[in-house]
Amino acid sequence: MPLNLTAISRDKLHESRDLTANPATSDEVLIGRIANGDRLAMQVLFARHHVRVYRFVLRLVREEATAEDLISEVFLDVWRQAGRFEGRSQVSTWLLAIARFKALSVLRRKPEQELDEEMAEAIEDTSDTPDVTLEKKQKADVIRQCLSGLSADHREIIDLVYYHEKSVEEAAEIIGIPEATVKTRMFYARKKLAELLKAQGIERGWP
Amino acid sequence: MNAIKKEANELPEDIELLLPWHAAGTLSRRDAARVEQALANDNELAARYELVREELGEAIRLNENLGAPSARAMESLFQKIDAEPKREVKTSFQLGAWLTELFASFSPRTLAYGAAGAAFAIVLQAGILAGVFVKQGTGESGPMVIAGKHVVEDAAYLDIRFKPNASVTDVTRLLSSNQAVIVDSPKSTDGFFKVRVADKLSDDQMTALKKTLRDNPAVDLVVQRQ
Repeated sequence: MPLNLTAISRDKLHESRDLTANPATSDEVLIGRIANGDRLAMQVLFARHHVRVYRFVLRLVREEATAEDLISEVFLDVWRQAGRFEGRSQVSTWLLAIARFKALSVLRRKPEQELDEEMAEAIEDTSDTPDVTLEKKQKADVIRQCLSGLSADHREIIDLVYYHEKSVEEAAEIIGIPEATVKTRMFYARKKLAELLKAQGIERGWP
Repeated sequence: MNAIKKEANELPEDIELLLPWHAAGTLSRRDAARVEQALANDNELAARYELVREELGEAIRLNENLGAPSARAMESLFQKIDAEPKREVKTSFQLGAWLTELFASFSPRTLAYGAAGAAFAIVLQAGILAGVFVKQGTGESGPMVIAGKHVVEDAAYLDIRFKPNASVTDVTRLLSSNQAVIVDSPKSTDGFFKVRVADKLSDDQMTALKKTLRDNPAVDLVVQRQ
């Protein structure tokens, strides 16, 4: 039977439209297509997740250029390893786990002194008295400033839970720690945040 | 040791540890109900929950203010993908399930149409299958599957079970090199496809063909049923 190439091209076009127009095309379906070398599926997955992955990485490495480099590395890993994705976790969880691994590799290569300087920059204005600080900034600004001043471990757990909407189980999978540790780490991150807020003049009555 | 004890002592009840996940809406229904009940009965806990909600809101705002990466990230990604070695599509034998589905779609509804309509539907689907095979890199055309009602009385048939790791490419190559056509899907869980191997074959020719097929790495078993 002669092959109707026009019909196939049309099929492919319809397939492309399905992918882009149908938000219900699940991440798992996209990964299956990526495993077969489908670049369009890769574009859709990238469009869907790259901003969140970028923000997660940026909060860890604190350098926009490095974070941009890392996200292309993260999605390149997805391209290479899609065939091995078993679907035991959400695709977004898998992406963040890859992103975390890559971000930590970069951080390990950074001199410690550089990290200390960045940390010092993050917690700025501590020379102001609490009253002055409160006059200068709204409470919400101070909370965000203090969130940025947390340690990398505490920033990470706060972001995973509050911004990336990861469950206890998913956060445990991404970080590679037991679920009980996820809960306690979140508690200590919040406790540290309360201490930083108190130092900035915001007493919340907890802990 | 004392430090560990002290840390353990300052940890609150499990229900309070769950407040951040409750605020983010990521608890199981059961845990969410537990937390809701505790919040309803404990004003102090409810006040702490408000602090959690405040942190949640600011954490989201902080992250949203981080902006987005430039187009450079996507360009760089696809440059790297283009530089990757071309991968061979290895569709493992979900083909079996797919073919079974295809045959299920032929009957009984398709075959309930008039003869002309049914023949058209069969040819159409065979064409689609050929298209799928070509798209997956075999470069060969022609129908590899026709419906069971196209069984020719005098033709030679074999039941073939493919190996689980056989790819679409492997099976297509085997069928086209032997001018064979799958005519029916497995009738039970044994996984044998009925394959028309020729219009007519002598016993010697059939024996030789069975040996050829059995030697093919994509083939698990070949059976000649009467």
